[in-house]
Amino acid sequence: MRIGGGDPLEFIDYIRENQDVFLRLLSEHVQLTLLSVLIGIAIALPLAVLASRIDLLAKPLTWVAAIGQTVPSLAVLALMLPFLGIGFRPSLFALTIRAILPIFLNAYVGIRSTDRAVVDAAQGMGTNGAQLLLMVELPLATPVIFAGIQTATVQNIGLATLAAYIGGGGLGDWILQGLAMVDYPVLLAGAVPVALLAITAEVTMGGVRRLVVPEGIR
Amino acid sequence: MITLEGVSKVFTSHGQQVCAVDDVSFDVAEGELVVLIGPSGSGKTTTMRMINRLETISSGRIMVNGRDLRSLDVVELRRGIGYVIQQGGLFPHFTVADNVSVVPRLLGWSGDRRRQRAHELLDLVGLPPDRFADRYPRQLSGGQQQRVGVARALAADPPIILMDEPFGAVDPITRKQLQRELRRIQAAVQKTIVFVTHDIGEAFLLGDRIVLMSDGRVVQDATPADLLRHPADPFVTAFIGEDRGVRSLQFTLLGEIAEPGPADTRANGVALPGSLTIIEAARELGKRGPGAGAGFWISDEEDQPTGYLSYQRFAAVLGDTIAGDHTAEHASEGTDGIPH
Repeated sequence: MRIGGGDPLEFIDYIRENQDVFLRLLSEHVQLTLLSVLIGIAIALPLAVLASRIDLLAKPLTWVAAIGQTVPSLAVLALMLPFLGIGFRPSLFALTIRAILPIFLNAYVGIRSTDRAVVDAAQGMGTNGAQLLLMVELPLATPVIFAGIQTATVQNIGLATLAAYIGGGGLGDWILQGLAMVDYPVLLAGAVPVALLAITAEVTMGGVRRLVVPEGIR
Repeated sequence: MITLEGVSKVFTSHGQQVCAVDDVSFDVAEGELVVLIGPSGSGKTTTMRMINRLETISSGRIMVNGRDLRSLDVVELRRGIGYVIQQGGLFPHFTVADNVSVVPRLLGWSGDRRRQRAHELLDLVGLPPDRFADRYPRQLSGGQQQRVGVARALAADPPIILMDEPFGAVDPITRKQLQRELRRIQAAVQKTIVFVTHDIGEAFLLGDRIVLMSDGRVVQDATPADLLRHPADPFVTAFIGEDRGVRSLQFTLLGEIAEPGPADTRANGVALPGSLTIIEAARELGKRGPGAGAGFWISDEEDQPTGYLSYQRFAAVLGDTIAGDHTAEHASEGTDGIPH
């Protein structure tokens, strides 16, 4: 057992010694996060547009999204076990559910809070529904929509560690292993890269955001 | 050009039926600027918004060029009607030139044609395109944004323009300037304009006709001069204000009371632009001191003489109006035919 005492940077040696495994776990982790966020966008954005267009749908959709957010991810994993089994796919499923809410809510609020005067002017000039959405509402909502995607990404980098519980892979494997064996270097070899990944994602997306947001509202 | 026939608008609010516009009828002739005025809640904005169908009509009908609005495609209709609103409503993520080009873009004009048109219009509203075309709205002052709003409404050369308190959110000095500019632009483009305001001064300055509304109804529909001379009831009088005589001086333009002048005196003498109000003209004459001759010339924008006014008649207009009982036009009738 290696508790305390030892070199706190010992985990770096562990990563170096197990480079192949590390790269596999890292790649699984990134895939879980990216795929869950991309699928989340593909589901949440159209739903948000729908909710912004049809008032009756707005409340139920918001509720469903909120429920998705409040059910603990571990519970989703457990609940889905009989249907999806174990491994990568059920992990992706659980993470996707968690990605939907922040993206949906931000997109819905972003579209709905477009300056009423701008929308009124656009309608008064004869934009049809699609033009209003594509020319005015979505571009003006990009900062808020993007913030939602950023939140979902950083959150899912953390949540993806739970995939290890059902054999979904990712850096959570080492964290679980380190916890189970009270082996801090192994634990840190999983946890530190996850933290760095989250920080990297936050910073990178901050840069991307500047490219995505239209110039006039930056 | 635009005809409203018994138009009403009923809203349902908290289960209660509220009649925002009640049996309103009036016409707007081609090239005419009609001001809808009234206190807030009088239904003037709702009335205007029914013309481009941003509000649906509950009963009655609106005809544009003899065709019932409801028979027209709503998107097509709106692209054919310029629209200017109080808060500007410029697209913050579009440059000034792109903002001006929104309707041309919706109509599928080519990029070159759009740009050329945008530059023309920016020139027209006094924003040099080489300085302003590529700016974003947030880089403009409120007054400049409203100018862009006016240019945008003119972009596809629509015959009709609706203006909803377009100068209500800018400071008084800029407002005055914008009002004068609009008068100049309107003289050049001759659009059919429905203009909503709650500022009676603005109504007198800009309106060919004023439709005064209260509680969703039309209280009086008259020219500015008639509104002053013959207010329909105490509400009108109260709304216009007590100092009617002085007001009429502020809003009567020299050009409106000019007469054909004697041909031989054209060469010399004082000339004043016809766009001055009577009060401004009096101030201007005071500054210059009495000129040669018995009157002065009234000139148009190109400095060409368009009419003549004798000092005698000018004094009569001023004096009679300040005395209170008559308006400028009224008083002048008695001194007709004495240009010298």
